[in-house]
Amino acid sequence: MDRIVIIGAGQGGLQAAISLRQEGYTGALTLIGGEAGLPYQRPPLSKAYLKSGDAAALRLRPESFYDKNAVELVTETWVDRIDRAGRVVHAGDRSFAYDHLILATGTRNLRPPIPGAERCLDLRTLADAQTLRTVLDSPKRCAVIGGGFIGLEFAAVARGLGHDVTVAEAAPRLMARVVSPEISSYFKDLHKRLGTVLHLGDPAAEVTGAGMVLKSGTEVAADIVLMAAGVVPNAELAGEAGLEVNNGVVVNDRLLTADPDISALGDCAVFPDPTTGRPVRLESVQAATDHARLIAKRLIKGEDMPYAAVPWFWSDQADAKLQIAGLAAPGDATHRRADGAIFRFADARLSAVETVNNARTHMQARKALAGPDVSRAALAAVDYDFAALA
Amino acid sequence: MVKVTYIAADGTTTTVEGEAFSNVMQTALDNDVAGIVGECGGSMMCATCHCYVDEAWQGKTGARNDGEDDMLDCAAGEVKPNSRLSCQITLTPDLDGLVVHLPEAQY
Ligand SMILES: Cc1cc2nc3c(=O)[nH]c(=O)nc-3n(C[C@H](O)[C@H](O)[C@H](O)COP(=O)(O)OP(=O)(O)OC[C@H]3O[C@@H](n4cnc5c(N)ncnc54)[C@H](O)[C@@H]3O)c2cc1C
Ligand code: FES
Repeated sequence: MDRIVIIGAGQGGLQAAISLRQEGYTGALTLIGGEAGLPYQRPPLSKAYLKSGDAAALRLRPESFYDKNAVELVTETWVDRIDRAGRVVHAGDRSFAYDHLILATGTRNLRPPIPGAERCLDLRTLADAQTLRTVLDSPKRCAVIGGGFIGLEFAAVARGLGHDVTVAEAAPRLMARVVSPEISSYFKDLHKRLGTVLHLGDPAAEVTGAGMVLKSGTEVAADIVLMAAGVVPNAELAGEAGLEVNNGVVVNDRLLTADPDISALGDCAVFPDPTTGRPVRLESVQAATDHARLIAKRLIKGEDMPYAAVPWFWSDQADAKLQIAGLAAPGDATHRRADGAIFRFADARLSAVETVNNARTHMQARKALAGPDVSRAALAAVDYDFAALA
Repeated sequence: MVKVTYIAADGTTTTVEGEAFSNVMQTALDNDVAGIVGECGGSMMCATCHCYVDEAWQGKTGARNDGEDDMLDCAAGEVKPNSRLSCQITLTPDLDGLVVHLPEAQY
């Protein structure tokens, strides 16, 4: 293998380049990204960066890294076609031949088809965050469409900076897709305490020059409207090349598409959940980087291992550090431990643990979930104390 | 600039110049020092930046920060009294010459 091309110079694409070199790959390595500048991390965009504006702190590796490791970084270049038969990708009038291709194209913001959606601001890229910072230089009334992680992290920072904030969420509770009702309600109280106005079960129906109008008819006056209603995977390239796409680029447990010369990772990839086998797409630093490491090991060391990493995630909202270990389905049962830690169960099996400001339990949960299945009965027998598990 | 020496589990020694008030994790990544991962970007969320502060420097780097103990508890390498999360060690000018040892694995 002499030529590896990675499409998408984000968290996962860069990690693939790092890991390929660490595993000893010596061939040509090209990392193509649509955005300008050096690859950077997104999590601080809705957290520290909104406050500090320190863009240098976001970059994942300094410029010297790319030279030293012979990684050809091609920025501001959008790949528009994959020619699988010819094993070459095209970006405008440039083309890049590959022996192996890694798709790391991530996601883009979802624009629900409501009137006036084009008036909204986004929070996905550094450029988006820079725009938001500029707009927030004087007191503003902010409307947020979507009560998920990004909308709520933004709300917490904006309130901290003294802006007015109103969040509209279609579901009856916050972060409903990914956390238990107990955690949703904890964060509902937190945001209310911070002074954010929450409209639950009441989606935005229209965005106007004066703010947003909710489905119930409620009008929310606002100077800016942030669209944080989820994302769309960037999977069109793969689809147009004849690869299976179903809520993302479909890969097997080796993170390979049906084409043995094309892998996919991170936010754009749909892979079998190691525990249940059901197809999942995760949007987390953990998935992007663990995927990248597995692909590098397979390509360079020939290690033919199924992907088996335990998912984990975090979100900072004001003084609350939410951490999630594992992966629960929306209907999984819930047990609340006296200290507030939430244990999720798929039938009798521990599926996830959600904690707030409790790193110890989070780390214990990650360790436990990496081993054989942990049963509800075994946990109940030790009062849900991981340290006492046999 | 602040000099930092990283000694890997296999004895490989790398000395680099870090920017003042950067941290020991970021300085390793910026200079391609293998053995520190720093997955969460220094948010104290991942424990993949575990290091052992050389005994001669323990006094200067000070005690662990709030919350560090809990994360370290579950770090991949053996946790010793001089274990720290390297993202939590700020390169103040008085740390010029700092020596840290790295565990065999970070995850
Ligand atoms: C505001 C915000 C906060 C977040 N907070 C957290 C958090 O606290 N914890 C956490 O775990 N995760 C968080 N995430 C999610 C995390 O950042 C993503 O899961 C991670 O970046 C995914 O990496 P990736 O490489 O798959 O995609 P990305 O990092 O999104 O990179 C994909 C790149 O591919 C490029 N691209 C797409 N198509 C093409 C093309 N055709 N040609 C060239 N380039 C292309 C895109 O421009 C983009 O730069 C957050 C995300 C955001 C936006
Ligand atoms: S970099 Fe994640 S805990 Fe230090």
